[in-house]
Amino acid sequence: MTINTLAKGGLHREQMSCFRKMEKVIVAMQDPDMGMKMRNQRLLITVIPHAMTGQDVITWLIQKYHICEEEALHLGEMLVRYGYIYPLKEPRCLVLRPDESPYRFQTPYFWTSTRWPATELDYAIHLAKKNIRKQGELMEYEKERYSLLHKRINHTWDFVVMQAREQLRASKQRRKADRIVLECQEQAYWLINRPPPGVQNMLDWALERPNNFSTRVPLNSDYYKSEIETSRRALGRNRVKSSVCLEGFIKYSEQYQNHDPIMQGCLPSNPWISDDIAYWTMNSEIVPVPTRLRVERWSFRFMELLSDAMGRREFMTYLEKEFSAENLHFWQACEEIRHGESSKIVEKVEDVYKNFLAPGAARWVNIDSKTMDKTLEGIKRPHRFVMDDAQMHIYFLMKKDSYPRYLKSDLYKNMLAKAVVPQETKKSVFPFMRRQRHSSPSPAQASAQAAEEDGRAGTNSAAGSHF
Amino acid sequence: MGEMEQLRKEAESLKDQITAARKAVQDSTLQEAAAGITVVGRIQMKTRKTLRGHLAKIYAMHWSTDSKLCVSASQDGKLIVWDSITTNKVNAIPLKSSWVMTCAYAPSGNLVACGGLDNMCSIYNLKGKDGNVKVMRELAAHTGYLSCCRFISDTEIITSSGDCTCILWDIETGTQKTVFAGHQGDCMSLAVAPDFKFFISGACDFTAKLWDIREGTCRQTFGGHESDVNAIGFFPNGNAVITGSDDATCKLFDLRADQELITYQDSSIMCGVTSLAPSLSGRLLLAGYDDFNVNIWDMLKAERVGKYMWKLYIPLENGRKVDPAEDSEGSCRVAAGTEH
Repeated sequence: MTINTLAKGGLHREQMSCFRKMEKVIVAMQDPDMGMKMRNQRLLITVIPHAMTGQDVITWLIQKYHICEEEALHLGEMLVRYGYIYPLKEPRCLVLRPDESPYRFQTPYFWTSTRWPATELDYAIHLAKKNIRKQGELMEYEKERYSLLHKRINHTWDFVVMQAREQLRASKQRRKADRIVLECQEQAYWLINRPPPGVQNMLDWALERPNNFSTRVPLNSDYYKSEIETSRRALGRNRVKSSVCLEGFIKYSEQYQNHDPIMQGCLPSNPWISDDIAYWTMNSEIVPVPTRLRVERWSFRFMELLSDAMGRREFMTYLEKEFSAENLHFWQACEEIRHGESSKIVEKVEDVYKNFLAPGAARWVNIDSKTMDKTLEGIKRPHRFVMDDAQMHIYFLMKKDSYPRYLKSDLYKNMLAKAVVPQETKKSVFPFMRRQRHSSPSPAQASAQAAEEDGRAGTNSAAGSHF
Repeated sequence: MGEMEQLRKEAESLKDQITAARKAVQDSTLQEAAAGITVVGRIQMKTRKTLRGHLAKIYAMHWSTDSKLCVSASQDGKLIVWDSITTNKVNAIPLKSSWVMTCAYAPSGNLVACGGLDNMCSIYNLKGKDGNVKVMRELAAHTGYLSCCRFISDTEIITSSGDCTCILWDIETGTQKTVFAGHQGDCMSLAVAPDFKFFISGACDFTAKLWDIREGTCRQTFGGHESDVNAIGFFPNGNAVITGSDDATCKLFDLRADQELITYQDSSIMCGVTSLAPSLSGRLLLAGYDDFNVNIWDMLKAERVGKYMWKLYIPLENGRKVDPAEDSEGSCRVAAGTEH
C-alpha cells in the first residue's frame, strides 16, 4: 500500500505538514547563532566537515524543546528515520546513536518532501554504481532487486550502465571526504525510498484520502442553499459565555475525580495490574449491594441515576411510595421505542397510548395539553421519535420534582450508608502471585497527593491512592 | 452564474456573522479560568497486556461496555474479539474483504461491525443460536470507503465514509434511514453523544460537525484545524467535542459556547493525531500520534503530563497488538492498566 509519490499532482497533505515541521527543526539546527555546533568529524582516516555527533543532536533537542532525554532521542530518531539526518558510520542503518557517532544533514535535494519520483531507472543506476564500484557490495535483497530491474527495464540497460559509469568517474575526481558524503546521502535516500525487506516503509501510511475539498461535493447552488439554511439556523442558537463553559468543565472534573480510575485508582484493586476482576464484579449491573462511589454518582446528575439499572430500580421504589411511578414507567417505555426494533414501533406506541396517554388510562401521565395534542397527532403516524416531546416533558418533571426529593429521602440516605467501600487489596495478601510486569503504584499517586495538598480531596477519600 | 455567486456570498456572510457571534461570548481564556488549579502530577503508563494473534496491521479496535472484551480489525482479514484480561481470543471472524479500516462493538455486546474499502458496513451477530458467528447484515450504500462506524443500539448504527457523508442505518431492514451530508472532505471518524441524540464527525475538510440524529441536519460546524481531523470524541458530560488532527494538535470545542476553547499542542510534537479518548472525569486526554507515541494531556491546563512511547517498530510477524500509528487508544488503555 505504498503511496504514489506524485499522486495525480495532488500533495499527500498529512505527510507534508509533518515534514514541514521537521524541516523547520532542521533549519533551526543549522542556524548560525542558535543552532548546533558543527565540526569536523573523523571517519577512520578521512575528515568530514560540517558534521555533528549523535549526542550533539540530542543535547540540542533537549535544550530547544525542554524535553527529557528519552523524548529527545525519539524526536532525533524520527529525523534520522525520515532521512533528514544521516549517519556517516554504518550508513545502512538509519538509527540515531546517542554517542560520538558522526551524522550530517541531508541535502535538501534529497529531502523526502521534495518528492522527486524515485523511479526504477534511478534505483537501477544507484544499484549499478554500487555493483561496479565494488564487487560484493550489494546486499542479498539488493542483488534480487537488481536482477529484477535488469529484466524489467532491459531495454534501457545500456543507458543504466553508462550513467552509472559516468557518475562513478565524476565522483573519482572529488576529494575523498566529498565522495563519502555523497555516497552516504544517496544511501540514506534509497533506504527511505526503497526500504530493505523487514524494515518499515516510512513513506507507507494509511490509505490515500483523495477527497480533500472534494470534487465529490459539487459546489453548486443546491450546496450553497443548504449551507445557507444550516448557517441561518446555527446563527440563531444561544451561545453561552466561555467563562461559564470552562467553569463547567472544571467543576465536572473535580466532581468525578474520585471516580476516575486513572486519576484516583480504584478499589479493591486495578484489574489490569492485579489480574483480579473484583472491581468489575462489584460494579456490574445488578449486585446485592452497590459500591459507595456508584451511589454517590446518582446524586451528581439525573441521567446518572437513570442510566444505572440499580439506580432506576431504587428510584422506582421511591416513586411508588409517592404514587408517581407511572412517570418512570412511561419514560422507560419511550426509551424502548426510541432504541428498539423498527418492526415493533407501531405495537409499542399503541401500548404506550393505551397505558399512559389515553383518557382513563391505568397509568395516566400528566403532560401539558400542548404536548399531549402534538403527541396524539403524531401517534396517527407512529415513528421512532413520536414520543420525544412527551418523554422530555416527563423527564423534566421527574428531574425538577421527584429527583431532588429522592436525594433527600431516607431511602437514598440508607442506600448510601449501606453501600460498600471495598477494601484495598494489599500486595502482601498474594505473595505468590506472579506479576506480569513490575506493578507500579497507581498512576494517580502523584496527583492524589497534589489534590490533598490543595485541600480539594473533597468527597469521601476512602479511595486509596497507592497499591 | 450570477445567482450562484450571490448564494456563495450570502453563505460567506452568514459564516462571518457566526464568527462574530462566537467572539462576542469569548469572555475568558483557559489560563484565566484554570488559574487556581495545579497541574496533574506526572502519569506513568506501563504495558499490562499484549494481545497477540493478528498477522498484519491492525487498523482499528473498540472496547465493549463491560471493559473486558474488545474487538480488533486487521488487514489480515480477521476480526478478533478478545478477552483482554486473560488475553484469550473469544472469536476470530474471517472477513470477506480484508481491507478493513474500522470496527465497533455494540453497547449490548451482541453485535460487532466492521468495514473498509469494500464501502460496506458488515454486522456480525456474536450471540447466534448455533454458536457460529455469521454476517447478519451488509449495509451497502456508501460510494466511498468506510472510515468509522458506531452502534447506537442493536437496531441502529451510524457510519462515516470517504464519500463525505455519514449514514444512519436501520440494521433490521438493512436500509439507510438518514444521510448526513455537508462535509467537503472524506469523513474520517465519528462519535455518538452520551444521550444518543447527537453525533459528531471529523473530516478531511478540516472541520468537525455536530449532527442532530432525529432531524438529519448539521447543527454546528467547528473549524480551526489546519489539516484533516482524524479522531473525535465527546467530553464525558457531552458538552464538548474533542478533535485530533494531522496538524499535530487536539482541540476542545464547547457546544454551548459554539467555539474552540482549548488547543493541546507542543512545538516538539510534529506528527498528526490518530486517535484520542478522555478519561472518565475528563481531566485527562489520551491521544495517540503518528510517531507511535501516546501523549497524556491535563485537559484543564493544556499541558502534557505523561507520555507512553512504543519501542521501535517490531516486525509484524510478532503479531503485536496494535499498530500504534493507527490506533493506540485501546492499547493505551490497556497499557494504562485502568478501565478507561
